[in-house]
Amino acid sequence: MNFSAVTGEAWRSMGVNRLRAALAMLGMVIGVAAVVLMLAIGQGTQAIVNDSIASMGSNLFIILSGSTTSGGLRAGMGSAPTLTLEDARAIGKLPSVKTSAPVYSGTAQLGYGPNNWSTVVNGVTPEYLEVRNWAVESGRNLDEGDVRSAARVALIGKTVVFNLFADEPPLGKTMRIKNSPFTIVGVLEAKGQSMDGRDQDDSVLVPVTTAQSKLFGNPFPGTVRFIMAQAPSKEMMTEAEGDIGQLLRIRHRLRNDMENDFTVRNLTATAQAAASSAQALSFMLGAIASISLIVGGIGIMNIMLVSVTERTREIGIRMSIGAKRRDILQQFLLEAVFICTLGGLIGAMLGVAGAWAVSALAEMPAVVTGSSILVAFLFAAGTGIFFGWYPARKAAYLKPVEALRHE
Amino acid sequence: MADSRSGRSDSDALIRVETLAKRYETAAGTTPPALNGVDLAIQPGEFVAVMGPSGSGKSTFMNILGCLDTPTSGAYYLDGRNVAELSDDELATLRNRLIGFVFQGFNLLKRISVADNVALPLVYAGEGKSERRRRALELLDQVGLAAHADKQPNQLSGGQQQRVAIARALSNHPRLILADEPTGNLDTHTSEEIMDIFTRLNRDQGITVVLVTHEADIAHHAKRLVRFRDGNVVYDGGVKGI
Ligand SMILES: Nc1ncnc2c1ncn2[C@@H]1O[C@H](COP(=O)(O)OP(=O)(O)OP(=O)(O)O)[C@@H](O)[C@H]1O
Ligand SMILES: [Mg+2]
Repeated sequence: MNFSAVTGEAWRSMGVNRLRAALAMLGMVIGVAAVVLMLAIGQGTQAIVNDSIASMGSNLFIILSGSTTSGGLRAGMGSAPTLTLEDARAIGKLPSVKTSAPVYSGTAQLGYGPNNWSTVVNGVTPEYLEVRNWAVESGRNLDEGDVRSAARVALIGKTVVFNLFADEPPLGKTMRIKNSPFTIVGVLEAKGQSMDGRDQDDSVLVPVTTAQSKLFGNPFPGTVRFIMAQAPSKEMMTEAEGDIGQLLRIRHRLRNDMENDFTVRNLTATAQAAASSAQALSFMLGAIASISLIVGGIGIMNIMLVSVTERTREIGIRMSIGAKRRDILQQFLLEAVFICTLGGLIGAMLGVAGAWAVSALAEMPAVVTGSSILVAFLFAAGTGIFFGWYPARKAAYLKPVEALRHE
Repeated sequence: MADSRSGRSDSDALIRVETLAKRYETAAGTTPPALNGVDLAIQPGEFVAVMGPSGSGKSTFMNILGCLDTPTSGAYYLDGRNVAELSDDELATLRNRLIGFVFQGFNLLKRISVADNVALPLVYAGEGKSERRRRALELLDQVGLAAHADKQPNQLSGGQQQRVAIARALSNHPRLILADEPTGNLDTHTSEEIMDIFTRLNRDQGITVVLVTHEADIAHHAKRLVRFRDGNVVYDGGVKGI
């Protein structure tokens, strides 16, 4: 018996019982749609994490005041900030460090005309943009002169532009920060969300010296909140971490028996941990969705078993006119595979549509990749073969005379 | 090979059974044998009527002849081949090529067209679609149903359905037709029409026909009568005087 004829027989007998085939298919549709959708959401999350890692800047350290104990960071709370602008400059000169950028930040009320907006103001040096892998979209970066003279100039992010200036071009305008006038010298390019979900475009950059002396009164003159440092390559990270620690111990005059009064944290490693947990999440979502595929497969098996029982007489008739066991096996197996792949096809389309809806309506990221569709589809076909096999075999190994006698 | 062993004269028998016995396994335990050592030979071109009371083993016998069932003991040679030695696939091929079945209940597939029913054995013989269609129409024409090719079986009368079943049985040019009470569900007039078809097939095409019936009128179309009782052949001879 040739393949196209078997296909025809399987197709025809599926068409004969449309409702049942449709119900069996529904299980597959839901399963595959769930897999595609869950993989899309998982991959969307992963993409966001990866984006924010890239946007954070690579090979980064953050150096904070206070020491770490085994319990974690023991910072602030009465202990004086210990990091200074000079520390940052010295770190930047280490051969194992490419750039360093001190940050002195606070929250401030911004104003322009009748508009007000409250956001984070970061006091930084010109190196900050390089370290953060960020760029100015229009205007200019801060320069050494701004820092030296503690100039009242600012770079503003896209969200700030939107909330304060709406359609007005902000460049060159004067805005208020804590009621002092600042000239806007540049607009930062859009950067999106950070790893912890903050809007990075909702920020203002001013010279670190300006922040220290004119915005956020500093009880410890010259200190900064934290220092960011960038190693030239991934391979240099360990060396850089050691060098920074050694340098700061010497600069802070710590004796051998004294704990560090600072903490060097490897941001890239933290980010990679986040990335791998996003991947784990994505995998788990896929696994959970696969369960619905398996349940769908059991549904198919159930329906195929009913179908075999109901059509026992038909099988007997087919055998009596010359159908081989192989022919019967193929017919029922193909029927199951048909149902599964057709259901898989519809499910994949629904999954894609669902992913689109999720990312459009729920503002949740969902990325459908060709490979996730392929995986779901192959899984569906595999489910058909796996769960169709037993009923098909059962049908094929009936004794002709007994099958014929069946009512 | 079977011939040299048995040394019987009817070496070219189409069907030969030797001490054929069949005992059904039932939950109730052992039952009297449905067939109890039947010896019989049927030559090519014969037209045999099988009669006997209900439960005498006729259908059991036919099912074994048709390779649908296997005997408990004894031997069955079909066209000189020992059926017990054949594989499932070889049996399927025999059912497809050598044998045509006609059942009392017609046994047509309900959900496919008359023409597709007739062509079904050709599907399993590996024929292409257009050849199947051509042959189905030709066969339906032979049994006078060409106009009904694209109807569903249940749109036809019983006699018409049985003619479709005969057309189907003929699709692969069988040498043997096995018919178990083919007229059992039909009125006298329709039965005669069906029997005319069998008679023509036997006379004009030389097809061997073995046919079970309860009615003497039907049996009279045959040339030889075999009568069963309690699983034994109790008469084997001419059809005159029954
Ligand atoms: N599947 C079966 N299981 C158990 N016993 C069976 C089975 N089929 C038939 N028998 C028994 O075997 C015997 C012969 O049955 P068979 O069907 O061959 O009779 P028959 O001559 O065809 O009768 P009828 O004229 O009523 O069709 C009967 O006693 C019957 O009860
Ligand atoms: Mg019977």
